[in-house]
Amino acid sequence: MGGRYGDGAIQPASINDKNFKEKWHSRALAVTLATGSLKQWNLDMSRHARECLPPKDYCAFSYYDKWISALANLLVNKGVISADEFLDPIRKTHPLSSRKLLAADVAGVLSKGAPTSRSVDSPPKFLVGQRVKTRRAVNKFISGGHTRLPKYVEKCEGKIEIYHGAHVFPDTHAHNLGEQPEHLYTVSFLASELWESPENPSDTLCVDIWESYLEPMNVP
Amino acid sequence: MPHDVEKHSHSLLPSDPELKVKALETALVKRGLIDPAALDEIIDTYQNKIGPKNGATIIAKALLDKNFKKALIDDPMQILEKHGFLGRQGEHIKVVENTPEIHNIVVCTLCSCYPWPLLGIPPTWYKSDEYRSRVVREPRKCLSEFGVTLPKNTKVRVWDSTAEIRYLVLPILPDKYKDFDEEHLSEIISRDAMIGTALIGDPS
Repeated sequence: MGGRYGDGAIQPASINDKNFKEKWHSRALAVTLATGSLKQWNLDMSRHARECLPPKDYCAFSYYDKWISALANLLVNKGVISADEFLDPIRKTHPLSSRKLLAADVAGVLSKGAPTSRSVDSPPKFLVGQRVKTRRAVNKFISGGHTRLPKYVEKCEGKIEIYHGAHVFPDTHAHNLGEQPEHLYTVSFLASELWESPENPSDTLCVDIWESYLEPMNVP
Repeated sequence: MPHDVEKHSHSLLPSDPELKVKALETALVKRGLIDPAALDEIIDTYQNKIGPKNGATIIAKALLDKNFKKALIDDPMQILEKHGFLGRQGEHIKVVENTPEIHNIVVCTLCSCYPWPLLGIPPTWYKSDEYRSRVVREPRKCLSEFGVTLPKNTKVRVWDSTAEIRYLVLPILPDKYKDFDEEHLSEIISRDAMIGTALIGDPS
């Protein structure tokens, strides 16, 4: 939605409101994180599941509503539970229950995280400072599939700002096609390259971009 | 919007999100797939243990100690590990420094990626369509909605967190706070200042 027109003013909050706005928000977060321990999907799959909500629901649902609705779909689509159980829960121990996240393990799981950096044999194709151009923002493996190249920077020219080493590639990882790590860069774009009438043409946008989203610029 | 053809079972759940999450939780508890005590523990962690205080602690230190600042910018993970600030959604942190020439702002236009171990639960506005869609195109107008006006010759640099790198803004320390000690300084460094939508001492 980056760059989209029509959204209204931002409603900043009080600086200190750190608690959950509604109690169910905290339950939604906790259920989502806890089910991750069942290891039936990865982070990219759960992001993709949220994007797969019907567009009318995606636009209408609040943030945590997207999370739990996508989680419901993942649970059924991965065969963990059946949709009937939403309406009529059954008391029967599940084969995956041995993987259940226990209270004693929460601190360890949350503080460990899941780093996505990987080592790869091939050297990075681009150098810091090099001019590059983005490709179209589409998944090259699966039509309509998950990608992390925002639409507003597709087919745009920018400059390699930072090299981050290789990271898990979401376009494959979201579709169970493996991690296929790729070199990751921060690419900077001038506002004048992205927008018809920028507030200030020399403002910049920095976007993290995997190597296969990029092509070199022809050196004149 | 990318779209696989998959079943939309969520429509079978109650439409009220509060009832929806309750139904899901009940179904999963009955199958022994989640433990209510673990859910309480997760909520307690994000409600009481992890918050912007973490980020403010290291930012205050960096603003008062040049060597620490350099180390934080060069190799943040080593420092965060020492402070016990590692965790999910903070596996790869990068600190970006505001200067009189450049003001940094962080967003995630694709979902709402956020440095949880350093700032806690993301505020509603950070996850809103209004912020995510507009801050990349009209950052100065968005800043004005937070009550922030930048000097004319300061360039804005917006960081869209599209990968797993999480950005934390190192704000400028105004002269009037230069004599503050670390603890007092950390109290006036707001969450928004570390996202880039406020300045230090900003009463917003």
